[in-house]
Amino acid sequence: MPDLDSLSILFIWTAIAIYAAAFIAYAFDLARRSEVTSDARLIREKELVGAGAPAVRSDEPPAGAAASEKESKPRYVMARIGTTLTVLAFLFHVGATVLRGIAAERVPWANLYEFAMTGTVLIVLVYLVVITRIDLRYLGTFITGLVIVLMGAAAVSFYVDVVPLMDPLKSVWLVIHVFVASLATAFFALAGALSVLQLMQSRRERRIAEQAEKPGPRFLGTLLGADRLEGTAFRFAIIGFIFWTFTLIAGSIWAQDAWGRYWGFDVKETWTFIVWVLYAGYIHARATRGWRGNPSAWLSIVGFSAVIFNFTIVNVFFKGLHAYSGLS
Amino acid sequence: MKPDASDPLRPSDHVDGDAGAIAQPRLGFVGWLRWGWRQLTSMRTAIILLLVLAIAAIPGSIFPQRMADPNGVTQWERNNPDLFPILDALDLFDVYLSPWFSAIYLLLFTSLVGCVIPRIKHHVKALRAKPPRTPARLSRLEDHREAVRTIDEADAEAEASRTIDVAHKQLGALGYRVQRYDANGRSGRTYSVSAERGYWRETGNLLFHLALVGVLITVGVGGSFAYTGQRVVVEGQTFVNTLLDYESMNRGRFVSDDALSPYAMTLDSFDVTYQEYGSAASGQAGDFSANVTVRENGETREGSVRVNHPLPIAGDKIYLLGNGYAPTITVRNADGDVVYSNSVPFLPQDNNLTSLGVIKVTDGMPEQLGIAAFFYPTAAKLETGAYASAYGDLAAPLLTLDVYEGDLGIDDGTPRSVYVLDTEELTKLTGRTTDVESIELQPGETADLPGGRGTITFEDESPAAATDYSESVKRFVSLQIHHDESAVWVLVFALLALAGLMLALFVPRRRMWVKAVVAGGEVRLEYAGLARGEDPTLAAAVDDLATGHARLLDAPPSPQPRK
Ligand code: HEM
Repeated sequence: MPDLDSLSILFIWTAIAIYAAAFIAYAFDLARRSEVTSDARLIREKELVGAGAPAVRSDEPPAGAAASEKESKPRYVMARIGTTLTVLAFLFHVGATVLRGIAAERVPWANLYEFAMTGTVLIVLVYLVVITRIDLRYLGTFITGLVIVLMGAAAVSFYVDVVPLMDPLKSVWLVIHVFVASLATAFFALAGALSVLQLMQSRRERRIAEQAEKPGPRFLGTLLGADRLEGTAFRFAIIGFIFWTFTLIAGSIWAQDAWGRYWGFDVKETWTFIVWVLYAGYIHARATRGWRGNPSAWLSIVGFSAVIFNFTIVNVFFKGLHAYSGLS
Repeated sequence: MKPDASDPLRPSDHVDGDAGAIAQPRLGFVGWLRWGWRQLTSMRTAIILLLVLAIAAIPGSIFPQRMADPNGVTQWERNNPDLFPILDALDLFDVYLSPWFSAIYLLLFTSLVGCVIPRIKHHVKALRAKPPRTPARLSRLEDHREAVRTIDEADAEAEASRTIDVAHKQLGALGYRVQRYDANGRSGRTYSVSAERGYWRETGNLLFHLALVGVLITVGVGGSFAYTGQRVVVEGQTFVNTLLDYESMNRGRFVSDDALSPYAMTLDSFDVTYQEYGSAASGQAGDFSANVTVRENGETREGSVRVNHPLPIAGDKIYLLGNGYAPTITVRNADGDVVYSNSVPFLPQDNNLTSLGVIKVTDGMPEQLGIAAFFYPTAAKLETGAYASAYGDLAAPLLTLDVYEGDLGIDDGTPRSVYVLDTEELTKLTGRTTDVESIELQPGETADLPGGRGTITFEDESPAAATDYSESVKRFVSLQIHHDESAVWVLVFALLALAGLMLALFVPRRRMWVKAVVAGGEVRLEYAGLARGEDPTLAAAVDDLATGHARLLDAPPSPQPRK
């Protein structure tokens, strides 16, 4: 029988390579978008002139994206290539994960290496599903970049051989709790990325209002306005928050079975709690005068940083009961 | 748009709140109190307290905590003797029980209760309020559609009224609360229906916040009625659930001495499997199962305690915390009388179960004997001459013992751990620094104690037909017995919070209006929707309303059988 785990590793590296290509395509797309913005503006100005209207140089309105998109229907070729490559990489990625699961004869998320593999699969899956409904391909560089870094780090430094599960991990809650946590992470990732764009967009909008020479990266002109970016980020964040709340509850039930108490402020429990409280703060901020907008976006970014911290630093360097990284 | 009576009540700094309400404090004590209370129950305070809570939780993940890792705290103290007292005074080793951490969450929950109670009162009223009047100019709303119906019949007014009747029914069937508002306007009579839905959004929000209070209270109160005890049981031994039979016990304030239910539990056997030597996880132990017989109320039943599968008995839950070997050792004095015979639990020191044990012979010898022993389930000699265990299972069991003589310090009543031998006052008889070698025994072997003091035997516990060592040494388990009836209530409140959260975040709260006026022999229809809070699907809902309405209007008034 071929060694399935070796095949899985081969698939992982293939996927990483294709994701890298997708990243480059998406990066070109962002660069190209700036030209599209200016093309669209030129076309509009020409049309305006042609129609006999005075050739006012109308600067992009804040939410000008939607408008300019309708007028000239720009076709983001590089974004399409990026997405196609992402889908291809995703297939290898899923293949690698499934092979690892078959090799280990259990769910492929029982140690840090496998958790990274499955978690990133879910991030890409959520991204691919979402872009069939809302065009968020401009998050492509962020998503592929994040996945390359996490998977690369996992493959290089977190790899462990397939070994049988430790007793405490033999539980249905391993399947549920860890899976839902990864799903929450995927939504938080999208929300975090959108919040970064929101901050950039709102800076650009402010500078446009101030009639600054260089308002900011031009690709922003093809995106939603800061307000709409914020709304979209919020929607992903609350889905993530609900999954995270469920993760917290499921984890407590498991802890009750495995360790005889549902909550003990173990390091990992503590950080899960911190993340939850941060996002509760974010949700409030979004509904509070003076906090909606940039401050709430920062909270979303801090929240996502805490998620990543919890997943990497806490797993590797902090000591506690959740010692499932499999590293020694 | 300004909030009105059927809108949920919000703190004044909420984006939908009434900013005018943030008044300057009127002079005077009551005025200041009121102002302070309003500050405490504002959204801003809630955010800040939440962020402070998150930050305050961090140190507990950096420093070892007494409640989770007491040994880690001792270790930390040993490594940093100078810094320790300062940090300890700041409660950095008891973060989650500290006054400052408690202050933060208590303030937060005070704020929460203070914020939620007026909102509940308001919401109860709003639940009975009628949907608000139809605005005069619906076209000013963002989600607005128009339609025109030409009418054959003469009575346009009756037709206009009928369209609204239909819309009334339609919206009612969609789960809206509906109210008919007809009025005489400047341009003639207008017919309209006003509808509102999504009261569950606010109900869910309140449920969520209240359920959090429920979680906090059940956790706090539950702890006072809970107890947790530890007990080590060797194969063949019986544990009786009384205070005396526990090695250690933590109990809440309101647990009385006779709160423990009487039952007894015998450890019949302990199962464990090891990954084969040479495999990827060679020697990794798993599939632990403590097989027990439980006697309760005169009835006997069998059960097993496994990791992730605690055994429930009489409202308690029994957990498997650890396991190890308990070699059976017999000591005889110079006359051949048995002065000591016991299966002694040895504490595991590494993954291959190199184990450390202490034997204290207090009577029957000229002087008391203390024995420090190492047990190796699969002994392997290192290059240095020392032993190590190469595997967790009993392949080549070996016991090495160093004997000490003198006063064990037990008789003066000072409590001493059975796992520690204080050798300072004792004379060493065997082992390094003496001229007698350490005693080494395999199961079934007996050796002389030095100086003709008697003999020591490592009993072989194998059943008669055994051909190898695999059952030659007894095993022990350390059990945790836990009783906490509040856990299930904590779970109930947590699930209520989750349910409330989903309602609060996903139920759209919105208003809809349909208005009809007669103009020039036509009925002009207007549809409009207004979101109250996040509502990304509003536009689609207004479209659906308009198309659904048209379809209903075109349908025959009462269903007729088709030919
Ligand atoms: C333990 C502390 C708290 C936590 C974890 C928490 C969490 C949340 C969450 C997750 C939401 C969004 C879901 C929903 O709408 O129900 C929310 C909403 C809300 N919370 Fe809290 N909360 C806390 C304390 C407070 C306090 C002290 C106040 C009063 C100042 C408050 C007022 C509100 C309000 C008004 C909303 C609705 C926001 C909106 O209109 O979207 N909360 N809270």
